[in-house]
This record gives sequence, C-alpha cells and structure tokens, in this order.
Amino acid sequence: MRIGVVTFPGSLDDHDARRAVRIAGGEPVSLWHGDDSLRDVDAVVLPGGFSYGDYLRAGAIARFAPVMSALIPAAKGGLPVLGICNGFQILCESHLLPGAMIQNDHRTFICRDQRLTVENATTAWTSDFGQGDEITIVLKNQDGQYVADQNTLDELESEGRVAFRYVVEDGGRNPNGSYRDIAGITNERGNVVGLMPHPEHAIEEGYGPSLDGLKFFTSVLTSVVSA
Amino acid sequence: MSSAIQASLDTVAVAADSPEVEQPWAELGLKADEYDRIREILGRRPTIAELAMYSVMWSEHCSYKSSKVHLAQFSENTTDEMNEKLLVGIGENAGVVDIGDGWAVTFKVESHNHPSYVEPYQGAATGVGGIVRDIMSMGARPIAVMDSLRFGAIDHPDTLRVLPGIVAGVGGYGNCLGLPNIGGEVVFDPCYQGNPLVNALSVGKMRIEDIHLAKASGVGNKVILFGAKTGGDGIGGVSVLASETFDADGPAKRPAVQVGDPFAEKVLIECCLDLYAAHVVDGIQDLGGAGLSCATSELASNGDGGMRVWLDRVPLRDTSLRVEEILMSESQERMMAVVEPAKLEEFMAIAKRWDVEATVVGEVTDGKNLEVFWAEELIIDVPPRSVAHDGPIYNRPMQRPAYLDALQANVPDDLPRPGDGEGLKAALLALMASPNLCDKSWITNQYDRYVMGNTALAMPDDSGVVRVDEETGRGVAISTDCNSRYAKLDPYAGAQLALAEAYRNVATAGAVPLAISDCLNFGSPEDPGVMWQFAEAVRGIAQGCRTLGIPVTGGNVSLYNQTGDVAIHPTPLVAVLGVMDDVARRTPSGWKATVSEESAQAIYLLGTTADEFGGSAWTQVAHDHLGGLPPRVDLERERQLGEILAGASRDGLVMAAHDLSEGGLAVALAEASLRNGVGARIWLDEVCERDGVDAFTLLFSESTGRAIVAVPSIEQARFTDLCIAHGVAQARIGVVDDEARGLDVQGQFSLPLDQLSAAHTSTLPASFAAR
Repeated sequence: MRIGVVTFPGSLDDHDARRAVRIAGGEPVSLWHGDDSLRDVDAVVLPGGFSYGDYLRAGAIARFAPVMSALIPAAKGGLPVLGICNGFQILCESHLLPGAMIQNDHRTFICRDQRLTVENATTAWTSDFGQGDEITIVLKNQDGQYVADQNTLDELESEGRVAFRYVVEDGGRNPNGSYRDIAGITNERGNVVGLMPHPEHAIEEGYGPSLDGLKFFTSVLTSVVSA
Repeated sequence: MSSAIQASLDTVAVAADSPEVEQPWAELGLKADEYDRIREILGRRPTIAELAMYSVMWSEHCSYKSSKVHLAQFSENTTDEMNEKLLVGIGENAGVVDIGDGWAVTFKVESHNHPSYVEPYQGAATGVGGIVRDIMSMGARPIAVMDSLRFGAIDHPDTLRVLPGIVAGVGGYGNCLGLPNIGGEVVFDPCYQGNPLVNALSVGKMRIEDIHLAKASGVGNKVILFGAKTGGDGIGGVSVLASETFDADGPAKRPAVQVGDPFAEKVLIECCLDLYAAHVVDGIQDLGGAGLSCATSELASNGDGGMRVWLDRVPLRDTSLRVEEILMSESQERMMAVVEPAKLEEFMAIAKRWDVEATVVGEVTDGKNLEVFWAEELIIDVPPRSVAHDGPIYNRPMQRPAYLDALQANVPDDLPRPGDGEGLKAALLALMASPNLCDKSWITNQYDRYVMGNTALAMPDDSGVVRVDEETGRGVAISTDCNSRYAKLDPYAGAQLALAEAYRNVATAGAVPLAISDCLNFGSPEDPGVMWQFAEAVRGIAQGCRTLGIPVTGGNVSLYNQTGDVAIHPTPLVAVLGVMDDVARRTPSGWKATVSEESAQAIYLLGTTADEFGGSAWTQVAHDHLGGLPPRVDLERERQLGEILAGASRDGLVMAAHDLSEGGLAVALAEASLRNGVGARIWLDEVCERDGVDAFTLLFSESTGRAIVAVPSIEQARFTDLCIAHGVAQARIGVVDDEARGLDVQGQFSLPLDQLSAAHTSTLPASFAAR
C-alpha cells in the first residue's frame, strides 16, 4: 500500500507523516512539489508546515505547485487525500474542501494536546474510529480558525461532512475561534479529509499525547483495500 | 556597480599613498591603541573596508577580548577523561560530543540580548536563526531549540512591550523552521528592566563521520556564498549593539537589528543537509555577527592558504550598499561553503533544486592573505588570522565589589516566617502564583514542541528530551539553568549552582550528563566589579565541570548588559546535555495515576535539608529581599544523586522524578501534583527530626542536591538499596494519591489541586493575554 507524502518548500511534518504511514503498515512514498507525478500512490497526505513561508496566505501558493495539478483531478476522481494543518489550508485554497482558514482569534500560535470528537467515522481516513469517539491529538497552528459562510456551514452539518469537532469545556471556547468548533471536514465522497490538529504526532508510545493518531493511517489502508 | 562607489573606492594602493587620511576608527568602536595596532600589522593605514572588517571582528562580541584570558580556564580544567567524549571543542561554531552508536551531537547557547531589546520580535527571531545556523555549520541536522528568557519586573510597562514580541519572535521563527522548542526558562527580575536576556540554544545530530568544520583549504577550491541576498539590515549590529551599553539618551538603533525569514532558513537547512549527504562540501561557515567579514576571515584563518574574494559578485538586495556595508551586513539566512571545482556543478544543482541562490564569490589561494576585490581593485589585503583570531586581548582590572560585604551580611535569618499550617499554605500559594514560579504555558504553548515527532519530554518537565536515533531510541536530554540572584550574592557559587541545577535536571529525566555549553551574561567589562564577577563565575564553572567530569564544549559571552551604570545580576547560564539509551523510558516530572496495586507509589525525598534562604524564592516573594549567601553547593553529592536518578530510571525503579530548586520541596511537590492533576499525601515529621529543621525550612529552603521521586511499591527495597550504595540520604515522605485531588501535608495543610492550579495558571494570562 503506497501512501504519498508531499514535500513543499517549508513543509515541516512530512517526515512525521511518512513515519506514521510506516508505523500503520503502509509504504511511505515521498512526492516533490515540483513534480507533476503522483508516482502511482494509493493515497496522499499533505503534511503540516508553512509551505513557501505562508507569507501571502496559508496554502495560497502551494495550491499552484506542479504536484497539485496532478493531485486535484485525482482527488476529484476519488483518491484518498488527507490534509493536515497546512495541508488542510491547501485543500481549502484548492477548493477541494469548502471554507477557509484565518488567523487564530487570539492572534498567537497555539500548541497543546487537544481533545476532539469524531463526528464522521465513515470517511477514507476515519473508518477505524467509532462515531462519537473522543480522541486526543496535538494541535499546533497560527492560522487555524476555520471559517465559512452560514450556508456552507449548514450544508456541511446537514450532510454529515463535519468530520471532527473540538471538545469545548462548559463555558470555554475552542482553541482558535473556528466556527461551530469545527476541527476537520470531508468532501461529499469522503475521500478528501482536512483537519487542523496533527494525528502524525500521536502514533508512538513515549512521544505525543496518545496513540489516537494511528487510526487515521490504518483507516486509509483498510479503505484502499476495500475500494 | 554605481560610479559613485567606483570613484570613492579606497583601495589598498590609495591607502598606501595616503597615510595622513583621518579615519573614523573611534566611531566604529575601536580604541586608539587598537587602531595603531592595525596600522602596525598592515604597515600602512587600513582601507575603509579593512577598517570596517577589523572593527567588527575586534569588537567584544566577536573577539572575546575581555573574556579570553578567563575562558582559558575551561580548557585548563579539562582532563583527558573529560576529553574522551569531546569530538570538537571550544573555538569552532559549536562543540560536538560523542553520544554512542556512532552518533554525534552538537549544541550551543548564544545570546541575542541587545537586538531583542531594540526590536523584540526580530531580535529574538534572528537569535534563534543564528544559533541554528551555527549548528548547521557543524554538518548537523538541527533537532531542537530552547530559549532562556529574562525580563524586567512583570508589571513594568516595558516588559509588556518586550515580552510578547520576544515570545512571538522565538515562536514565529522556530515554529516555521520546524524545530521543536523543548524547554528553557522565563525569569522576571527588575535587574533586567532595560536589558532583557534572550539566550537561544540549539542542538543538532549527525553521524560522527559527517562532522564539518569552518576552514578554507585546497588551492583552487571555490568559495560559495549561498542563501539569502545581502541587504542593509544589521549593519554594525555586532559592534554597535552587542558591545556598547544602552544609554538612556542615545539615538534609536532600530536599523541595526537584522530581519529574519524563517522560510528561507528552513529551505537552507534542507539544502545544506542534501549538500552534506552528497559530500560536495569541503568547509562550511554560517554568516552571523559580522557577516562576510567574519565568514571570510575565519574560513581563511582556519585554512592552510589564503583566500581571494570578489566582493562585487555578492548578490545584493540593495545595490546602493557601500563595500564596507556589504562586508558588515548581518543579513540573515546566508552560508558560505568551500567546494572543490570538480564538485561545483553538483553543488549548484542541489542548491537549484531548493531554489537557493548560490554564487561563487572567491577561491582558496596559495598565498597567505585574505584579498578582497571590488571591480578588479584590491580593497582588502590582510593576514586573516590578525582579523579572526589574533585580535586584542585585555587583562582588565578586577575588584571584588565594595557592596558585596554588606549584601552578604544582610542575611535573611530574621525575616518573619510563617508559623502555622495556614501560613505555610499561604506561602506556597504565593510562590506558585509568583512570576518566576507560575505556570509558563501561556508562553510555551506558543512554541511547537512536537514537530519532528521525537520529543519525549518538554517544558514544564525538568529537561527537554529528544530522540536522536529512530531505530534504537537513543537520544539526549538538555536543561538550561541560572539563578542570577544566587550569582549576585556569590558569582563563584552562583555559577556552580547553575551547573548543579542543570546537571540535576538532566539526571532527573533519567539521562547521564555528558557535556555543557554556557552563555555568560554580564555587565560592562570596563567595570572592575563586573570583571571580578565574570572571572569568579568562569572559575566556578571550570572547576565545577572538573569535579563533575563533564567538559565545556563552547558557549558565548555577552558583556555590556547594563543600563547606564547599573549592570544586570551576573547571569552565567549553563546548559547541560545528557544521553539516554532509549528516551521513551525517560522519567517525567509529574505523578501518574495509580491504575493497579503495582503502580501504587511512595514518594521519596533524596538529599538533606538545611536552613538556606539566601537568594531564595521565598525571600523574594514574601519579603522582596536579596541578601546573605546562596545555598551551599556540593558537586560530589550532585554526582551521586545523578547516578541514582539515571540508574533508577534505567532499571525502571521510578515512575516520576522532580528536581528541588527555587521554592524548595513545597513547590516541587505542588508542580509534580499539578503536572497530571494527581495529588499526594505528605508527612514531614521524620525528615524534620532527622535534619534538625522545622516544617517551614523543610518546605521552602533551597538546599541543593535534592530531588523527589515516585517509586512503585514493589520497587522500594531496590530503590533504597541504590540510595544507600551511593551514600545519599533518602526518606519516604508520602504517597501518590489520585483520589484526594489535592496536596495534603499532614499536620500542616491540605490544598485542593483546583485552588493550587488557579493560583498557578492565572499570572501570565492576566498580565499578557489579549483575551
């Protein structure tokens, strides 16, 4: 099972994503931003980081990279794609997912262990979870506030396309001001998932807050086999 | 090239023919005798470009001219045994140690104090960038950063200006670089009011055979400048900012601070690592303070021949720069490599893949001098060693400060102490909420501690711990420490106390301490009292390292940290690095919940407690007092304690361990309980009786050589045997109790964790949070 991990200039968690794929039992394949080939992979991870420095707008330049010209049609054709953090931003900028990511409402970077609820356990990247599971993985972002217009948000909710929500304590607020506490979403088909927190940092005993991240990667291995 | 530059070009030939020309040596920070010496070395007056080069390289920051005579003690105190693990020592960009299995680790701390005061965000950001390039230039992949920050009083308006910018700068640069920030310190003290300290540490890893050095050798080899273009930022930053005291009435110095581009540095890191892997780099040097002046002269000085540089080939961001400005520019994210002609093509191809601009700007010659040309005209012709290594050396006057007797005589013995359990509880709450001991997560949560996926421990644990080898789990633990209040009372002891604490913190995590780096922050060397403090601190570290058997691998000296005549407290920061076979087995600092009978844990206190409150956190928080003598240091005892902690971790005898330092036992117990929200029941009577102290002293004294550990019930006999074998006092003082949700000190007070947490966590957000 070959899972591609794209490296853009400024990608930071590409090594971690490849490690996660390997530990889950897949074969990680490095993809380069400047190549328009997906090297016959069965799924793709767009990792976290600050592609091209994110100086214009997070993900705005990465969307035009040669590799995206191959990835966008493949994703539309059903190829499983997971965008993590900057990868989620790139998926939004590419219009593979609706909405956009803006700066955290408190305007500072935030890194912490974050509880999430799995709202949709039927996507290519979440099938090993149970509906409503609570998981703890790492959150770290500067531009993590998910925003979209009311109609889009209502549509996402009604179609069950909110994949993850931040767990918010009574009277508390979510960590970045995301509308409706949305941490991750999926496309209609369930093959493209974007989320702000980082499952690849929660896959090994002794490193990271839990092992909850592993199921993202085992899910896709299962779904690719059954597809 | 503009014709204006050409017309006004001060060439070597012009200089030789015009000895009478008045030169701005004083404005460039040179003393009269230093200028005379330059003329003597060259046998003529220097060109303006040469003058610029000497002035930056002979500045305090680059030449260590006031500190060199004292720093020699580090190597004098390094024994053969200590040298065994040292692969590269003091003098290179960073020291390198052997951590086993063929792995080498390089680490270093460096100050960026003055730039961070002038422009907090960029000053702190480029501080991170600079130390990371030092690590890269050894051939290593940077794997983590740490930052030790010191600010003025938390409620001073300027702290509100400086702190958010510095924290955002450290985070903004480090996060974008993809390096986990695994620890450091945040300290508030009025002595840093007009002179905050930003000490940045980076650590990197490589295979031993991949170590690179900064030297230009091999006649005909090409000298390549790569990375960012050269601009007008940071010109004179080193000589002007780092080597001159801030004057309240002085002009604004904003333009002298560099501006960082972390994305450019991230790409540069990956590019460098590909270049190393392809074996196309013969010598490598980063461009930091003093820019091209430093890189070219140091590379040439370390090599076996001369070097020729065509300065007009340097890619510029600003074409109006004058030659001396190009030489002094501290534009960030630049590196210089020496490459064999046969490997040039491959070098250029790798740089192109990363979209990194690379330009051949010179070559190694069989001559002796560093020759720099501008449009075929020779503008610099100097012996490189005279610039880079044979700068002036000062044996400055030293004198024990007159105030010290009175300060040391002002002992804290008569300060009113809490007399009952309620008083002890109030004292603990006040300490836990105090700026120096409060929860720092408002700051540390702005740093990515997880990137790279190798972080096994990070703040607020005692050390940062990262994996080096993904196959075996072999890795390193690092801690940086300094209590400058101790150092103010006694700089020799204060430096050893910093060393002892960092050493203890690394051992507490379960690692075997291996080597140190330091960052010596002091006031003006022209003040004999400051110079005495400096000499005492260096002596303390050098002798302490000898006792502990761990070498100094390098470091940094930052002088002129003062506002007007008032120097900061001496702040000899020590970073200790330790090694672990498998970092997944590290010991965390917080109690863990009891999940089975086997995991029921007893809490042991290691070491003994005496009435030692000089410089303590309690005297500061309760009485705003600083006087007396700091706690006694016993490095032999620290060594024994370290062996117990590392051994117990290796053998699985401890589930948690926490070092005792500022705030003593009470604060350590509170922190260990808050870490995972798991409380404890504690009894003090036996230890009070054994050590001959009262409950207050046992709870708040800052005696050294102590730690608390949580030992699983079934391992108690083995653990106490280990302590007895090492001759370290141990006492069972309590049990981990996750039902109680509180810290219960029997016969004294009971404190719910919620109350403790509220006091601990509200301080920083109340002062700095936007919402």
